Amino acid sequence: MRRDFSTPAMPSPEAEIVVGDPTAPASQSPAVATARTVEIVVYVLLLALALVLGFDNWRSGAGWAKDGPQSGYLPFYLCIILAGASLFGLGLAVVKRSEEAKTFVNRDQLRRVLQVFVPTFLFCVLMQWLGIYAASFLLIAGFMRFVGRIAWWKSLLTAFLFTLVMFVTFDIAFDVIMPKGPIEALFGR
Amino acid sequence: MEAVQLLLQGFAVLLTWKILTMMLIGLVLGIFVGVLPGLGGPNGVAILLPLTFTMDPTTAIVMLSCIYWGALFGGAITSILFNIPGEAWSVATTFDGYPMAQQGKAAEALTAAFTSSFIGSLVAVLLITFLAPRIASFALKFGPPEFFAVYLLTFCSFVGLGREAKHKTVISMVLGLLLAAVGMDTVSGQLRMTFGFDPLLRGVNFLVAVIGLFGISEILLTMEERLALRGHAAAISLRVVLKVWKEMPRYWVTLLRSSAIGCWLGITPGGAIAASFMGYNLAKRFSKDPGSFGKGRIEGVFAPETAAHASGTAALLPMLALGIPGSGTAAILLGGLMVWGLNPGPLLFVEHKDFVWGLIASMYLGNVVGLVIVLTTVPIFAAVLRVPFAAVAPMIVVSCAIGAYAIQNAMFDVWLMLLFGVVGYVFKKVGIPLAPFTLALVLGNRSEDAFRLSMIGAGGDLRVFWSNGLVGSITTLAIILLFWPLIGRIAEGARRMVRPART
Repeated sequence: MRRDFSTPAMPSPEAEIVVGDPTAPASQSPAVATARTVEIVVYVLLLALALVLGFDNWRSGAGWAKDGPQSGYLPFYLCIILAGASLFGLGLAVVKRSEEAKTFVNRDQLRRVLQVFVPTFLFCVLMQWLGIYAASFLLIAGFMRFVGRIAWWKSLLTAFLFTLVMFVTFDIAFDVIMPKGPIEALFGR
Repeated sequence: MEAVQLLLQGFAVLLTWKILTMMLIGLVLGIFVGVLPGLGGPNGVAILLPLTFTMDPTTAIVMLSCIYWGALFGGAITSILFNIPGEAWSVATTFDGYPMAQQGKAAEALTAAFTSSFIGSLVAVLLITFLAPRIASFALKFGPPEFFAVYLLTFCSFVGLGREAKHKTVISMVLGLLLAAVGMDTVSGQLRMTFGFDPLLRGVNFLVAVIGLFGISEILLTMEERLALRGHAAAISLRVVLKVWKEMPRYWVTLLRSSAIGCWLGITPGGAIAASFMGYNLAKRFSKDPGSFGKGRIEGVFAPETAAHASGTAALLPMLALGIPGSGTAAILLGGLMVWGLNPGPLLFVEHKDFVWGLIASMYLGNVVGLVIVLTTVPIFAAVLRVPFAAVAPMIVVSCAIGAYAIQNAMFDVWLMLLFGVVGYVFKKVGIPLAPFTLALVLGNRSEDAFRLSMIGAGGDLRVFWSNGLVGSITTLAIILLFWPLIGRIAEGARRMVRPART
């Protein structure tokens, strides 16, 4: 994505939209992993997957019966193709000289990615006990407050309104079944 | 003109308050999705798909396709005002669109972008209206071998013509095909690759994978970047619109050329990205003044936008006529069709006439209404970018989770979505393309069924794929396309061998 903000001629200052990002990851932050390392890991995992699935398909019958292939036939050969392509990629990644290796993710970037991933994970865990609506209220309010550093009242209000809209849309208007917890039970829904 | 009559019937299906309201909601949501950073056409459709589960199929597909049109329109807003292409196919729009905005001509650039997208879509929709029914009725004669050959052609052309490293495309596609095979085998009833784990009995749901791959992973990727923006606010006045429209006929060659490129690349899996660049480059090459491109030339906005939208729309043609999606978003719409119990393919034109023609009619109506909406409400949508991402991100996560859960009412799917989110993030950063995976996952079962049915029919004889002229030529074409890069290299080598001998 090309982002060039060197704007010489602005028509007028009020016709401009500016959004800041105070916690932006610094580009010179130390690398956590190089693209090459991650690529090697990905290919090894894919290779392992191909072996496991291939074995399972071979066990369920990868032969050719009288009336055509057995159920494991196509997946078995797909596993072989997957293993072959992964090996090829692995070979390329290993041979590639490490000087030209790009950074896969630097420390600041990883921090930001985890800032979304960890709350999302907790949200999925909480969803099972609290129901999806209560969990999403907590996720949105918490995320806005602690990650976005947005004022408490804005965070709580936004989270409440969004959750309410979701509840009305899915539970009341469209009757979509969602995991619910003790709070919905209080209201008898 | 049977098609015209059927189209009018389609409009009759559309003109109910319920569907029109849903269209409007879809368009507005779509523009939002297109404008917001970290979301785009396929993500928006995937996330909002669950909203439509309780609707009837026609309303649902009309709403979803309107989300798609809206997202296409919305992408142009950020490209021109903020120099941030919301989608890869809007990159070419920034080349001349953003300089125009800097020169204070943002309104002109936006009008040009919206109008040319409209024209591109219109040309593609006309093509769909008149061509899709013919292809479909032709395809009605297809048996399993022909269908398998067509699927093979789709897969092979992805590998052979894709721009990514071949082994990465192969990995992505094979992985999709493998995951599609997880669960109960439809022919023999045997369980495959479930490892005794009950939730896997139903297989890996396509939509769950898509929500994870496109929704969650996109959030992770967006967070990684610097989210600061700086751009122009703009409002479009009627005077500007009329001025641009008056200027437009002058560029009819560019518009026509870009539409043709777009339609062609949309139907074949070349895609909107290639189309937009090709449209731009050809307009530049044939221009009398190529030096002025990139400095805010209005033609540089017309060319890529027309091509991208013609391509994005034309991608729905093979989906409707053959059940083969021409793009990632078309694949997701196809997944939707299956959820509503419709079997995509040529039979759709016979068994669900109302549905198909309603959808085609909605493409006309959706684009007209979309054009009016974006032209009048640009300032509001541009202001959406002021909303901090920290507020948008958790809402998208919640929508994704609701979507993933709603498909089968299973908590397992939510975890699967999270897993696919991580996989999508890593794959995108390593350069493994996601489109072949999506395509393979949605077509996997159908292509395997076609293969095995043709094997059963032919008594296990592979020569069935060359048993008549039609199936033989499709299969042969598929194999040629698969080895296309190799063939190209050999031809190049041969030419080089010949040339020194001559000179």
